[in-house]
Amino acid sequence: MSENFKFITPELFLVVFNLCFLVAMLFVKSQAILSNSNKISAVALLTTALLVYSNPVDSDPIINGFYTSNEFTAFFKILILLLSSVILYLSDAYLKKNNLLKYEYPVLINFSVFGMMIVISSNDLMTLYLGIEIQSLSLYIIAAYRRDNLKSTEAGLKYFILGALSSGLLLYGISLVYGSTGSTQFHIIYNSIMYTERMLGLQIGMVFLLSAIAFKFAAFPFHMWTPDVYDGSPTPVTAFMAIVPKLAVGAMLAKVLFDVFGGISDKWQMVLVFLSGGSMIIGALGAIAQTNIKRLVGYSSIGHVGFALMGLAAVSPEGLSGFIIYLFLYSIMMLGIFAFILNMEKEGVLVADIYLLAQYSENRPGASFAFSLLLFSLAGIPPLAGFICKLYVMMAIINSGLMYLALVGAIVSVIGAFYYLRIVYIIYFSESRGNLDAKIPAGHLLILFLSSAAIVIGTYNLLGVEPLTRLAAESLLY
Amino acid sequence: MIIPIEHFLTVSALLFVIGVFGIFLNRKNVIIILMSIELILASVNINFVVFSSYLGDLVGQVFAMFILTVAAAEAAIGLAILVCFYRLRNSIFIEDANTMKG
Repeated sequence: MSENFKFITPELFLVVFNLCFLVAMLFVKSQAILSNSNKISAVALLTTALLVYSNPVDSDPIINGFYTSNEFTAFFKILILLLSSVILYLSDAYLKKNNLLKYEYPVLINFSVFGMMIVISSNDLMTLYLGIEIQSLSLYIIAAYRRDNLKSTEAGLKYFILGALSSGLLLYGISLVYGSTGSTQFHIIYNSIMYTERMLGLQIGMVFLLSAIAFKFAAFPFHMWTPDVYDGSPTPVTAFMAIVPKLAVGAMLAKVLFDVFGGISDKWQMVLVFLSGGSMIIGALGAIAQTNIKRLVGYSSIGHVGFALMGLAAVSPEGLSGFIIYLFLYSIMMLGIFAFILNMEKEGVLVADIYLLAQYSENRPGASFAFSLLLFSLAGIPPLAGFICKLYVMMAIINSGLMYLALVGAIVSVIGAFYYLRIVYIIYFSESRGNLDAKIPAGHLLILFLSSAAIVIGTYNLLGVEPLTRLAAESLLY
Repeated sequence: MIIPIEHFLTVSALLFVIGVFGIFLNRKNVIIILMSIELILASVNINFVVFSSYLGDLVGQVFAMFILTVAAAEAAIGLAILVCFYRLRNSIFIEDANTMKG
């Protein structure tokens, strides 16, 4: 048993640190430590990432079959840890300005990240469920983090109700899968699917499971919470929710599809085609009417989830690695976008109306250029990285013979280009003036520039991530 | 007398459907939504225990224990958010949760 603990040292470190931090902060009255609590937690996340990096990998399930630790899980865990530590750093300025600097914020973020690590590594539907709950319970609370603000509590309430419903769907699906196969462990379910006679129960359970995951992923028929929750939550929380859980849920979805239901891919392929096509269309059409940048990002994330799902719908190693590349580049682009949105201020108050960006380029030409570059990339304009990852998933889907889905994607990205480019138009060519404050902290500016540099360099070599994703995809498939 | 498994599954499916409809058709009160969520989780628990008993496998019952624990935590968080909402809005009616639209 103690042999197994070396595989979960990163998780143990993070959760022990978090609990100690929570208790210690009850007694620490020093203002200096309190105002650095975000940075301390970010360092803990970075340390955890280092531990994951040095952690051994094993192709077999560990800890009595409850857990896995392979290239796939390591890739996603490191990515999630790095991104969330950057988001913790980005949140600092906002929290200080709005008098929200409490040590609960980094603790909740870290707990949520811990839940995601469990979700990614789980090899059992039980660990999967518990991981999802740790992740979402923390997210419900930080969505309602500004408890003196009506919008924030309303966002928390809506997120909680729909999230709890989706947990219910997930559990009902798990119970049916358990009933028809007699186990909750991924590899046992995978093997017994071949011999099971209760195909009907299994398939119904699978559909319930997939709809619950689609809920967490904000994919098409279950996307309605996204704009409201993104709009209402405090902006750093929106940044966290738009980036990090997407990666964890994506990893979990790929895992459930290939590790659990890999034997009946013909049964779930059409479900994914439906989710993917619907999300792309809703994402593009819904965003046209939005003038609030946070709602707009919400719809845009729905559309990008649709594109990413296209990679999974291809049911091929190529598609899976396209899916991972897509999620990776999406999170890099979103990081830059949020480093910008967090600094959209007018007279010291955070604003979200895109028309206030009018002629922003005259105040800050550099930041405007970097932001526009990111928007071009999100719209999928060649040769930026956002185009390359769309190309990957489309090639995969065409090779799998689902030409019509690729066609939907192509049409939709033309419609989607409209609302991204409208923002660029407002920044550069609008006639009125928005008079946003021009102050951007150096750290935020650095992240914005790094993110836009990454999508330009990414056109050349995808930041060297392609062999890693292929390795990750292979470790999941074989 | 052994009760066939279908009877249990029917009861739990009915409970599940009542819970889901309680969330979607209920236009009044957030507390009722919390109760519906509990109903859904109860139906899942019945499912797990029944399957566990019929399969002769203990995992289902362990799972049911975990669900009970998590359901308690979930209800606590839901009520806490609801209390915050009530303080600001002086109401727990669903139609009053309408500051954001579109």
